[in-house]
This record gives sequence, structure tokens and C-alpha cells, in this order.
Amino acid sequence: MATTQARLTTATVKADMLRPPRSLWTDAWYQFRRHRLAMAGLAVLSFLIVATVVGPYFWPIRIDTLDYTIALQGPSADHPFGTDNLGRDIFARALWGGRVSIAVGLSAVFIAITLGTLVGALAGYFNKLDNPLMRLTDLFLSLPILPLLLIVIYLFRDVLRAAFGPEVGIFIMIVTVIGLLEWMPVARLVRAQFLSLKQKEFVEAARAIGDPDLAIIWRHILPNTLSPVLVAATIGVGGAILTESTLSFLGLGFPPDVPTWGRLLYDAQNFIDIATHWVVFPGFLIFVTVLSINYIGDGLRDALDPRKT
Amino acid sequence: MESSYVRRGFALAVTATMALAACTQQPAASPAPSASATPVAQRGAGGELKILYWQAPTILNAHQATGTKDNDASRLVLEPLASWDKNGQALANGLAAEIPTVANGGVAKDFTSVTWKLRTGVKWSDGTPFTADDVVGTYTYMCDEKTAASTVDVCEGVKSVTAKDPNTAVVTYSPAQPFYFQWGVGFNTPIIQKAQYANCLGVKAKDCPADLKPIGTGPYKVNTFKPGDVVQYDLNENFRDPNKPFFKTVTLKGGGDAASAARAVFQTGDVDYAWNLQVEASVLKPMAASSTTGRLLTSYASSVERLLVNFSNPDASLGDKRGEPDTKHPFFTDIHVRRALAMATDRASVASQLYGDGLTGKATCNILTAPTAMESKNSDSFDICKFDLNAANKELDDAGWAKGSDNVRAKGGQKLKILYQTTVNSVRQSTQAIMKSNWEKVGFQVELKSVPASTFFTNTSPDGANHFWADVEMFTNSGDPNPTGYFRGWTCKTATGKANNWNGSNYNRYCNPDFDKVVDQMAVEADQAKLAQLAIQANDILIKDVVIIPLINRVAPTPDGVSKALKGIDVSGWDSVMYNIADWSK
Amino acid sequence: MGRYIARRLLIAVPTLIVISFVIYAILALAPIDPLSQFGADPRVPAEVRERIRESLGLNQPWPIRYVKWMTSMFRGDFGVSFMSHSSVGDLIAQRLPNTLAVVGVAYVFGVLMGIPVGMISAIKRYSIFDHAATTVAFMGFSVPTFFTGLLLIIIFGIKLRWFPFIYSSTTQVHDLDSFVFQIRQSIMPITVLGLFNVATIARYVRSEMLEHLPLDYVRTARGKGLMERLVVLRHVLRNSLIPVVTLVALGVPTVFGGAIVTEQIFRVPGIGELLVTSISNGDIPVVATVVFIFAVLVVTFNLLADLLYAVLDPRIRYT
Repeated sequence: MATTQARLTTATVKADMLRPPRSLWTDAWYQFRRHRLAMAGLAVLSFLIVATVVGPYFWPIRIDTLDYTIALQGPSADHPFGTDNLGRDIFARALWGGRVSIAVGLSAVFIAITLGTLVGALAGYFNKLDNPLMRLTDLFLSLPILPLLLIVIYLFRDVLRAAFGPEVGIFIMIVTVIGLLEWMPVARLVRAQFLSLKQKEFVEAARAIGDPDLAIIWRHILPNTLSPVLVAATIGVGGAILTESTLSFLGLGFPPDVPTWGRLLYDAQNFIDIATHWVVFPGFLIFVTVLSINYIGDGLRDALDPRKT
Repeated sequence: MESSYVRRGFALAVTATMALAACTQQPAASPAPSASATPVAQRGAGGELKILYWQAPTILNAHQATGTKDNDASRLVLEPLASWDKNGQALANGLAAEIPTVANGGVAKDFTSVTWKLRTGVKWSDGTPFTADDVVGTYTYMCDEKTAASTVDVCEGVKSVTAKDPNTAVVTYSPAQPFYFQWGVGFNTPIIQKAQYANCLGVKAKDCPADLKPIGTGPYKVNTFKPGDVVQYDLNENFRDPNKPFFKTVTLKGGGDAASAARAVFQTGDVDYAWNLQVEASVLKPMAASSTTGRLLTSYASSVERLLVNFSNPDASLGDKRGEPDTKHPFFTDIHVRRALAMATDRASVASQLYGDGLTGKATCNILTAPTAMESKNSDSFDICKFDLNAANKELDDAGWAKGSDNVRAKGGQKLKILYQTTVNSVRQSTQAIMKSNWEKVGFQVELKSVPASTFFTNTSPDGANHFWADVEMFTNSGDPNPTGYFRGWTCKTATGKANNWNGSNYNRYCNPDFDKVVDQMAVEADQAKLAQLAIQANDILIKDVVIIPLINRVAPTPDGVSKALKGIDVSGWDSVMYNIADWSK
Repeated sequence: MGRYIARRLLIAVPTLIVISFVIYAILALAPIDPLSQFGADPRVPAEVRERIRESLGLNQPWPIRYVKWMTSMFRGDFGVSFMSHSSVGDLIAQRLPNTLAVVGVAYVFGVLMGIPVGMISAIKRYSIFDHAATTVAFMGFSVPTFFTGLLLIIIFGIKLRWFPFIYSSTTQVHDLDSFVFQIRQSIMPITVLGLFNVATIARYVRSEMLEHLPLDYVRTARGKGLMERLVVLRHVLRNSLIPVVTLVALGVPTVFGGAIVTEQIFRVPGIGELLVTSISNGDIPVVATVVFIFAVLVVTFNLLADLLYAVLDPRIRYT
């Protein structure tokens, strides 16, 4: 790996001489664009984001319009995703709820990954921090989640509601809670990679030429731990979207009338055989979202892989 | 996720006593069912009876029950002296040979004592004879405060229970108790074996192996019990009726969810009895209608799903004073606002869309729906019982609540913003959606909140029904044959708050001296007809004053699914569904 | 190495004490209430509630209760459940076999299947197999397990009637018939959980193998004329195992913790189900014990993982 690192450096040096300087990121973007599946994923995800953000303003049916006469109807021209048991338009609800679900999924995973990587990197790199940080991880892994969540609701819900208003307050709380529940596996994965990588020659070389620790962590080791982190992230997004709706059953999530994708799925569960459309569409949306994120992750990993220039 | 039913059966057990304190119900005696009335079944001919509960029993001693599941699972083994039948009358299908009355000399004329003649020749499942000493032993156990039995409140006012002879037990009340069946009837007084519980009295009661395998006189005995999972019963060879029970074994499995329990009884016929199938009517109805294997039990009593209107101020900025009985709600103190809310309540749609119009519940505008003689007929003509958005709008317009640009009404800077809470349950969340949709049409702004049942029904949680730190809340509750105790839950002195650690039963913090007077009269009224009149009067005050907005009279005790082949079930809304399991057959 | 193990074991004791204290504090401070079951009826008098509370020892301050609990734990006494009056040890013993038979088997299945699936996906990247595995895996991540469970119940339990969907914990395996029944009743929950485990592990193995496949040492090995299969198994897989070991070590304690949703759907009376009902019943002795055993397993298996790292990558040295 030391050699790859060296090769990268020489390659960059040569490139510098031939054309205007290209940063790691422009280079990565160049690589990324050549990854067809990743570009497809990016396109789909962007489409979903734009559709859920802008869509509700153009779709004529409100999310809470009740019409019992058309309850539990399958997809039609008026209601492309069909209706639920109170005759509400599932398409309108899926559009509206999608922005919440996507936002929660992405932000919660971002928090979990950042926190996990930070803890894992520090523990893996600095021997002195390893024990305390890993015992802290053990503690977090052992905590009883349900009672803990109940405490969090108890202590912070009203505070956050008062500080940020009901919606933003709940959003912050949900995202933080999911992030705090999910960072530990990432920390253990990153630390394990660090333990292995920090003994390698290229790290020792960097140390020998006097690179500061943080630079070594950031520039040399971290990029090489990217692959498990990206997997954790892609799996995590789907998990976070579903966890959000579980939280609302604990009284921790959004009010029951916010139709997030997870919520739509839960509401539909008893109707799985008599109104299959109610299940299929939100499930499919979550699937498409996580799959696109996965392929983006795939492309990103390839693009950032120094060996692949 | 959790029960929407407020575990009605259990509620009954505890409420009974409260009502009893001063009521003067004269329960008529029903004759003991004669063996010749039903065709003679053969003991043990029936193989296995499979019962499915989506909440699993955790203890088999009903005195330590924490819910209906425990009472029901215990009832196969432990019997009371007599049961409550579906009309709220005592039924001698237990250990009593007959129902005591004033006429047969069993009840003292001054209502201070009841003499119970016990069946002779009854044996415990271990073969030892049952005597009046066991009745006394049960009293000693459950009425010792240190035992901390959940059934202890039926002991209130019971001076003693004594054995006159091995077949006669005497219950003495002080002061006189016109409701003399307080101790002995229904599932709050199952009789336990004195010998088995000799080492479980007082403080030792909470670590008592007998609770997991009680010896009883009932038709079945415990073979295996795994708390929170399954109970396997064998028939009790020593049961007093040589022809019963019909089934050789019974398996009561717990856990899972209501919807798949419904599938097990209606679609596959895997179980003979599935308890409390509380799922949306649009799911349950086609399942039950097309079923070749099962049918739905539908019987009504006094379970009412209702909306409570808060009279205190739940504003968090009040700090310590939040929701205290001496605070005033910012806009619900205006009767016009409450009336508008009631008129914008579409209970008919809730009944048809979510309860299948009689499948699991029917619309009602009464808070007391049973016994039949006590149900008000007046509410049909109340304007607030009719869903009428125009009338609601007019009511608010006339009272000076004007709509702002955001379509929310306000007066003097006070907006009509409502926080509406209930438990986590799909039917309830759909009900919330229907309410919100209509209320917003008349200018309320509605925020919904749902809380898990275990957090909702506790006096310790600020999200709970007891604290009621919201503007409107919704749950089910029920009265009992005598509704005095039920109505006492809206009197001034039962207002819940910090002072009583939120144990008061008046969550609304409603206080109306006129209403209190009616309840006080009920407490001393001996005449049934007059009692009924007072009950109707009390009901009408609460409805007209919009303290509560009743929505649905629900099937009681619970909407259960049973195998079409199963015979002998005769559900009583006032007792455990298992009260006559000895008579069940196929 | 020996010194490192000894030191870690020594640290484990205070770590677990701290963890147990935090756990107990959370349980004591969380708004879960053993009396909430009684709260269903608003008219349970205050005195009755207080008396029950007192009989459960709940009127003592929680630090005192913690010390009592901890000292009896050291004597091997897990206490008595509030709800069932049964010893907590018995409750766990009743449920552990079911959890192992379902969650444990599903986990082993997940590890055994996940590694080869991930390897093939990586070696044949963007082949039909890889795409199929990716699609199935992400369907698994997008749909909650209760849905997969429900779907299986409706198809195989109700429409086809192949498998029972009400798990019977009283089945004793003593002959072929009862063994077949045990398999029939476990097959749906195992499938639901197993697929999820396979998917997760396969994703990590695939990604890690992709990291290593283009590396120099692999090329060198290939260049030496080693058989492809040998290269993959001996070099690439071994070097890709560190994250897998981490994951497996993180997963074993969760096997003990049970699979809450799956257990509930199929009515498998496992530890997960016990934990959830005990939490909603406020049955603190049960919750505290289960969570504490879980914590012991977490600490133990993370230690094992650390030791395994050193075996897999001899360059890792602990000081």
C-alpha cells in the first residue's frame, strides 16, 4: 500500500506538470462520472429529493383529505398509489412524507458515521485513548434502548419543542437519537481498520517525515477505512428511515399524522392482503432510495480509491 | 402495538368495589343452571381446547393479576363463590350452592351480613375437601394489606368472613352494605386453597410459588405454566360435575398481535378462541364474514370510547401550577367552544369506518350505556350530539371567536389550538385523523399526539391520561352494574393533581356542585328505579355540559373470535369471559 | 499478549460495574412503572397503588435498590419478577432455548451463508449474481422484518398451510415427528432473521474483498502461479475478515438479546419478547438482569474480537 501511495504521489506530481492542478475531489468526480450505476443512483436520488420537496406544491390532493367513499382503492388516474382506509391519497402522503424520511435517513446516518468514525479513529490511532473510548462503546452497546429512549423523551422533548418549535425540535431529537444509537458498530469497524493500518509501512513513513498525527489520520489512514464505513452508511439509511417510524410508536417521533414512509408501512400492515398497494408503494420508495444510495456509495468508493486512477 | 381496550375486564374488577360503597342495588338471584338443561356431555371427550391471547398471562393467582389476561387464565382453575351473568345478576355456577337473597334468608334484612351456603362434596384438584375454612383463608390472604393484592378493594367495609360450619360462610359488613355481593361474586374474589397459601400471607405474598401453580376447584388444573408464554391445563378429575369439563386439555397461548390472532381463528381455524381482536373493522369484517371456521362474539355493556375535555390549564409555562385543578383552561371554560367541538365530532363515521357499525362498536352519545334501564334516551335530542359543522361554526361565530387568515379562530389573542392525545393504536390514530379533519373545518388547530399504552395509563407519566397535560384526550373506560362509583369520577373532590399524586379519577378537573349533588343522592338511593333516574340525570349533565364527548359503545368485554364448532359460550360483560368455561364443548 | 488479556479482564470488572450502575439508573429514572398495568383503571385507589409499590420495595431510593440488586447478583440470585412472582433465573432459562433455536440458528446461518455470498459478489462484481444479491439485500434493508414475517405468514401459514405460525414452546423433541415439527415451526422466523443476517454480512464481505482484490500482494500471489481459489481463500479472505470478525462479535450478544419483532410476530417466547413485555410492565428485576447479562456478553465478545484481530493480522500489537 505504501507503494500505491507513492505511486499516487508521483502520478499527481506528473499531472501537475502537464495540466492545471486537479484536486483529489475533482479527480474523484471524474472517476465517479464514469461509474454508470453510481450516476444512475445519483439521478434517481436527486429526482426523489426534488419530487418530495417540490411535488406537494403541485399535487392537487391534500394529505389529510378524507373521503370514505373511495377507501382502500387501488391505483387509478386520480390516485396513482391508491387510497388508504380513510380514503386519503397515498401518493400525496408519500410525496409529503418522503422529504421527512429522506432527511431523517441521511442526517441520522451522517451523525452516526461521523461520530463512529471519530471515536473509532481516535481509539485506533492513539493507544492511550483506546481503552477508555472502547469501554465507552461497550457501555453504549449495552444500554437498554427502550427505557433510554423513554428517558430522552421525558427529559428533552419539551425543551427541544420550546427551543426549535414542534417540527424542527422533533427532527433534531429523532436524528440525534438514531445517530446516538447507531454509531458504535462504525466505531468498532473503523478502530479495527486503524489498528491494522497504523502498523503499515506507509504510515510509518509518513510519521518518519514528521507528518502530524491528525494529518496522518486524515490523509493516510482514513481513506483506507472508507469501505466498511460506506457499507454501514448505505445499510443505515434504510434502517434510519424505518427506525423513525418505530420511534413514533414510542411517542418519540413525529405526530401520528405525519405520513413518513415508515409510518405508511406500519399503518398498512393489517391491510397487507386486502390493500396490497398501500404496502407496495412506500416499501418500493424506501427500497429505491437505499439502493441508489448504495450505488452512489459504490461509485464513491471506487472514485476515491487511489489505486484506480 | 398496545391494547386500546382499557383492559375492560380488569377495570371492572376494581371498579366494582368503588361503586359498592353506598349503593343499594338489589340483585335478583338467578337460579343455578340445572344440569338437565344442557345435554349431558362426556367428561374429557373433547381433546384439546386452544385459546389464543395476544397478551400472555404472567401469573395465575387472580389476586395478584395485572390485567385481564391473568384474571382469565386464573379463572379456569380458581372460582369465586358466584359469577356475574350477562345481565349483571349473580349466578350460582361457582362454589355457592345458591344465591343468597333476603327472601331465602341468606341476606340479613339490614344488609350487614350475607350467609353463603356452599356446595357439599366439592374437592380441590389435589383431592382434599373444600370447606368454608378456605373461604375464610381467602379473606385472610387478600384482605391483609401487606399482601398488597390487586383485589384488595373489595375488602373495604368487610368486617369479617367466618365459617359457621364447614359448608356455610358468613360475610359481615360494617357499615351495612346494600350491595352485599361486594365480596364473593365475580373474578375479584376467586377462592384459593388455604393450605397452599399458608406460607404466602402478608409480606411473603410477593414471592409465592403457589401463584404459578394454584390448586383450585375449577374445571381445569395447571399442568405447565410458562409466565408470559403459555399455560397448559388438564381437566380436573375432582371437578364437582362428573360430566364436565368437556375438554381433556386446554392450551392458553399468549403473545403476538391481534390481527394474526384473527387470522388464526377465522382463516386457518388453528385456534378455538382468540381474545380481543381489536383491529380495524375493514380488516376484521371481511375476514369474519368469509370465515368457515370462526365467528365474532358481540355483546355490549358499558365500555365507551370517549373524548375528555380539559377544564384546567395544561400550559407548560405554568410550571408547578400546570394542569392543577385550580387553574382555568384558556378557552374550554367557554361552553360555546366545548359545544362547537362536540358538534364537529363525527362519531357516525368513526363507527362505520373503524368499528364496522356494530361489529366491534356502535356510535353513542351517552357516557353510561348499561345497564339498559340506566341508559339515557334524552341525548338523542341534544343538538351537541348531532354532527353539524354549520351549527358548530355558527356557535363560535356568535360567541365572538373569529377566524384569522390561517383559518384558526381566536378571541382576544387566544387561538383555539388543541393538543389531542391518546394511546398508540391504529384504530385510535384513524379516529384522531377523522376528528382533526372536522375540527379544523370549524376553526380549531389540532396537534395530534400518541403515547404507548404503558406510558399513557400511569399516574407517574407526564404524558399519561392522569396528568392530562393536553387539551383533549381519548380512551375507553366502563362502569359497572351500579354506576355511582363511575360518576364519582367527575366530582370536584376527585380532581386529579399534584396533591393526590395524580391518582384522582377526575382527569377533566371538572367541578360542578349540581353534578356532585346528584352523585351524592345516588350514593344513598335504595330504589332501583330512582337510582336509574339519577344516573340518567348525571349522564345528561356531563353530556350537555360537554365534559366528555362519548364516541363509541364498544363490544364488551372484548371482541373475541371463536370457533363455530364451540358451544356453550355465553359472554357476560360483567365478568371474565372464562366464567362458564366448564360449560364449553364442541 | 498474556499481560494484555489479564489487564483487559481486570478492567472488565470495573467496566461492568459502571455499566450496571448506568443501566440501573436508566431503569430507575425512566418513566416505566410497574403499576402502569393498574393504571388502566382510573379508580384504583391511591392507597392500593402505594401498598403495591411498597411491597415491591419501590419506595426505597434507587441507589439503595441498586446496591441490593448488585450484591444479590454476586451471590447468583437474580431476584424475583414483579409480574409473575417467578425467579428471574427461571424465566430466562425458560426462554433461552427458544431464542437459541430461532435467533441463534438464524445467526449461524447468516454468517455461514453471508461470507460465500459476499465473496462471489465481490469476485464477480456486477455479474447477474451480484446484482441479484444486491437487490435482495436492499429489499431486506428497506422493509421492516415484521413485514417479511407477515408476508411469510400469509403465504406459507395461511394460503399454503405449510408451516404453523403460532410457535409452541412446549414441543419436546424426542422423536423424528417432533423434530420435523420443530423445524416446521422454526423455519419462518429463521428465514426472516437469517436473510437479514446474510444480507448484512454479505455486504461487508463484498466490500472488503473489493478493497483487497486489486492489491499488490494478490497480484504477487497470482503471479507466483497460485490457483485463483487459493489466492482468494488464503490471502484475500483472511485479510478481509477483520470487519467481519468485528461484526460477528457485535452480533453474538444480540443473539442473546433476541429478536424482538420476529419473536413477537411468530409468538416465539424468547428473551427479546421477555425484555419488551417486562419493560412495558416496569418489571425492573427482569429487565435489569437481562440487560446486564447482555452487557457481560458485549464486553466479553469485544475482547474476543480484539484478540482475534491479532491472530488475523500479526502486525497488530496491543500494549
